[in-house]
Amino acid sequence: MATQWESVIGLEVHVELSTKTKVWCSCKNEFGAEPNTNVCPVCLALPGSLPVLNAQALEYAMKAGLALNCEIASYSKFDRKNYYYADLPAGYQISQYDLPLCRGGYVEITLKDGTTKRIRLHHIHLENDAGKLVHAGDDVASATTSLVDLNRAGVPLIEIVTEPDMRSAEEALAFLTKLRSIVKWIGVSDAKMEEGSMRCDINISLRPKGSQEFGTRAEVKNVNSFSAAVRAIEYEIKRQAAILESGGQVEQETRSWQDAKGISVTLRTKEQAEDYRYFPDPDLPPVVLTPEDVEAVRGKLPELPDSVMARLTQEYGLSAYDASVIVAEKEYAQWFDEAVKLAGKEYAKSIANWQINELNRVMNAKGLGPDQIPLRPEQLVGMLQLMEKGTITGKIAKTVFEKMVESGKDAETIVKEEGLSQVADEAELRKLAEEVVASNPKGVEDWKAGRKGAAQWFVGQIMKKTRGRANPQLAMKLVEEALEKATSQE
Amino acid sequence: MAGAAHLLSATRLNRLFNAGELSAVEIVEAFLNRIQKVDPKINAFITVAGEQALARAKKLDARRKGGAGELGSLAGVPIAVKDNICTDGIRTTCASRMLEEYIPPYDATVVERLQAAGAIIIGKTNMDEFAMGSSGEHSAMQPTRNPWNLEKIPGGSSSGSAAAVAAAEAPAALGSDTGGSIRQPAAMCGVVGLKPTYGLVSRHGVVAFASSLDQVGPLARNVEDCARVFEVIAGPDRRDATNAGRYPQPVKLGGEPSLKGVRLGVPREYFGSGIDPEVKACLEEAIAHLEELGASVEECSLPHTEYALSAFYIIAPAEASANLARFDGVRYGYRTPQAGTLNEMYEKTRQEGFGAEVKRRIMIGTYALSSGYYDAYYKKAQQVRTLVVRDFATAFAKYDALVTPTSPVPAWNLGEKMDDPLQMYLADVCTIPVNLAGLPAVSVPCGMAGGMPVGMQLIGKQFDDPKLLQYAWAFEKTTSYHEARPALDQGGQ
Repeated sequence: MATQWESVIGLEVHVELSTKTKVWCSCKNEFGAEPNTNVCPVCLALPGSLPVLNAQALEYAMKAGLALNCEIASYSKFDRKNYYYADLPAGYQISQYDLPLCRGGYVEITLKDGTTKRIRLHHIHLENDAGKLVHAGDDVASATTSLVDLNRAGVPLIEIVTEPDMRSAEEALAFLTKLRSIVKWIGVSDAKMEEGSMRCDINISLRPKGSQEFGTRAEVKNVNSFSAAVRAIEYEIKRQAAILESGGQVEQETRSWQDAKGISVTLRTKEQAEDYRYFPDPDLPPVVLTPEDVEAVRGKLPELPDSVMARLTQEYGLSAYDASVIVAEKEYAQWFDEAVKLAGKEYAKSIANWQINELNRVMNAKGLGPDQIPLRPEQLVGMLQLMEKGTITGKIAKTVFEKMVESGKDAETIVKEEGLSQVADEAELRKLAEEVVASNPKGVEDWKAGRKGAAQWFVGQIMKKTRGRANPQLAMKLVEEALEKATSQE
Repeated sequence: MAGAAHLLSATRLNRLFNAGELSAVEIVEAFLNRIQKVDPKINAFITVAGEQALARAKKLDARRKGGAGELGSLAGVPIAVKDNICTDGIRTTCASRMLEEYIPPYDATVVERLQAAGAIIIGKTNMDEFAMGSSGEHSAMQPTRNPWNLEKIPGGSSSGSAAAVAAAEAPAALGSDTGGSIRQPAAMCGVVGLKPTYGLVSRHGVVAFASSLDQVGPLARNVEDCARVFEVIAGPDRRDATNAGRYPQPVKLGGEPSLKGVRLGVPREYFGSGIDPEVKACLEEAIAHLEELGASVEECSLPHTEYALSAFYIIAPAEASANLARFDGVRYGYRTPQAGTLNEMYEKTRQEGFGAEVKRRIMIGTYALSSGYYDAYYKKAQQVRTLVVRDFATAFAKYDALVTPTSPVPAWNLGEKMDDPLQMYLADVCTIPVNLAGLPAVSVPCGMAGGMPVGMQLIGKQFDDPKLLQYAWAFEKTTSYHEARPALDQGGQ
């Protein structure tokens, strides 16, 4: 029997902090500016320039640490990580080596089957981003010229390093999704993988299922989207399994994910690993924080996703998965809370249903982000109330929903303008029932022969004539009466 | 008077300017003439900023005539600035081929502060490349010569600043001191030099050699001028995170020169083997004089002194190896004309752009920080540094200041130690421990050895810079060593 492999996955996630200015200087921290316009002697590493820690970057990093359940170090320091590259002006990155700002911590993830799992963090440290190289050509290798844009050089980054706690691509994806949600939630990053403000390196190894030992790991870099992370993990599991099954050994190496080709290639082997010669940065004093400093930052945090999730499942009886979808974005949760506030607790489940199914579907179709929800909570609530009152049917509600999204009008206006209110007038429906029965003798025969499903067909005909507005229970009752009447007359 | 203005002190020039007896233009012209006359022999300057200095002098004269009120304690005073201190619009080379054409787009904080006090930057002074050296011979331009004897080195690395002041090419100058680079050339050129407490003077705009040790300070022909420049440049600066964020206490000079009640320690380790007998004799005489002034003097010990030099030569190169990584040919400075790949460009640019001593230190530092060697070298050196700090702390529990030679030897002949880096490094043995501990120290002239000036070093507690200057002033006021002028001056200006 073939060996069952278990994958062991750890992530190193870089998140750019959305501070007003860069981490060591007062240049603007903005995405998409003209190349080399947000630069100064410090981030260009001109001779004589010195870094000074941006207090907001420190606060944002602390916020992230607190939201991710880390311990904030009372003493941490900055170290220089030395290497040469054209996008790194000083020839070293200022990072934190052995005394990072945040230690420990964890993220609770919820999987599709509703189970939850705790992914532990090793630490979080604060550092600066490098600039960007633009290669004139298809890639670095064939480029004849490379252009350097240093707008990004000096943008604050936190690196979140997990323990090797994930066991599948699904878990890694759930972790990344939750992490993104949290950092966005607390307002420290926009965490856009496509703009590079969130990036991740994946460490992955295999071991026979049941084994406690770790296998040899490979690190996969250049993963630029969540879906690429999933593909890169799945590819790496297959690659390593094939090596192990053929009796080979996995090399400890760094690999680069090539998303277009769906493969990864060796970037450097263990022997080629660089020696970064870390040492304490003599330009920056250590960061010393009192418990009061830490509590002051904690006090600035909003209610966090895990707490909101507990509220949604416990108070409103939502399923863990539904709740996790709603807390995936702060805007979704705020939208949900507002709708529940307007409608009342008893509407919570149906609000969640509409939000998770219909609203999400519409937003995906339109490619809208969480900050572009195309419906106001009061619109949905108005619609649900019309349903409750029996003014509209569930079927009509879907039409009303679409029209609310398109027009921005409230449900009542749409129902009035379009004449969509439910037909519950007994006399009117009785007339229709008798008409359809009278004009379909074949159906009457079927019904008479005991095929009770025929009654449903007649109801369908009434729905057709009323464009779905007929009260279905009443229509059924009247159809049955009309059929009784028709057959008894024979 | 205008023609001989270069012989006047900074303090006196400032008074005459304020009184309207000398215009800033007259002062600047006098110094420019002096530079033109003697600098071809001395090479104290890499760049003479004549045009800028005259333009600034004209503005100052106009402001003074317009009754602009107090123009600052250095108004009308030309200052020479070491060429590793950034000056907006004036070439700043660090005496390196790497930065031969480099013009900074901003002023160092110390330059801003000088200018705010009315000083006029007269030019940029020669130095050992990137401040690495003790003789001035490691300048990529040409070595500076000692005004007292043109065959001798002026000391280093602030060679040009010390020589310019000694040769009356400037009344005062800024230097930088990482392991003795202000005090040692000050001693060898017979001028006063102060290395302030680490963190008291901003490093913003000072091209870093070893960030945890570098400190800018003044050189002048007397203590009063030195104090005057120090008070201008010291103070808080948010652009330097290692800055102490405070002003020094005011320096109070004047009255009856006395050291009554001052407790002085004389660390025996600074008078051991390797000290020149004439230097030793000068120091003994100076110490006796300090006692005459009322100080109590006692021999003491700083037991870890002998390890300080080794620790310094790990820590300073380690920091330098990272600090100098930015000179990569990508954004500014020298770039090799012949390179195919990025790595080739780095290699050749740095190979061709840096001199031998700089490369030696980058290699030492890189090695010391390498994986597997870090604990044995860098970490150990930091532990030694802690012991050196403790030695001083113990001594300062008993003494107000320590007295040592600034350099164990007087200036040597040009070329004499160029092939023996270790011998060169030993010249800093008395000054280096002070940098490791971040303390202030001043060097004042205290005699002659073999026709060359000798300096006495006074080391103080952290932030005791003003006290040190007061002690040095008392010594200077009651001696005449500082009045001696190099032979360059004989037979006229």
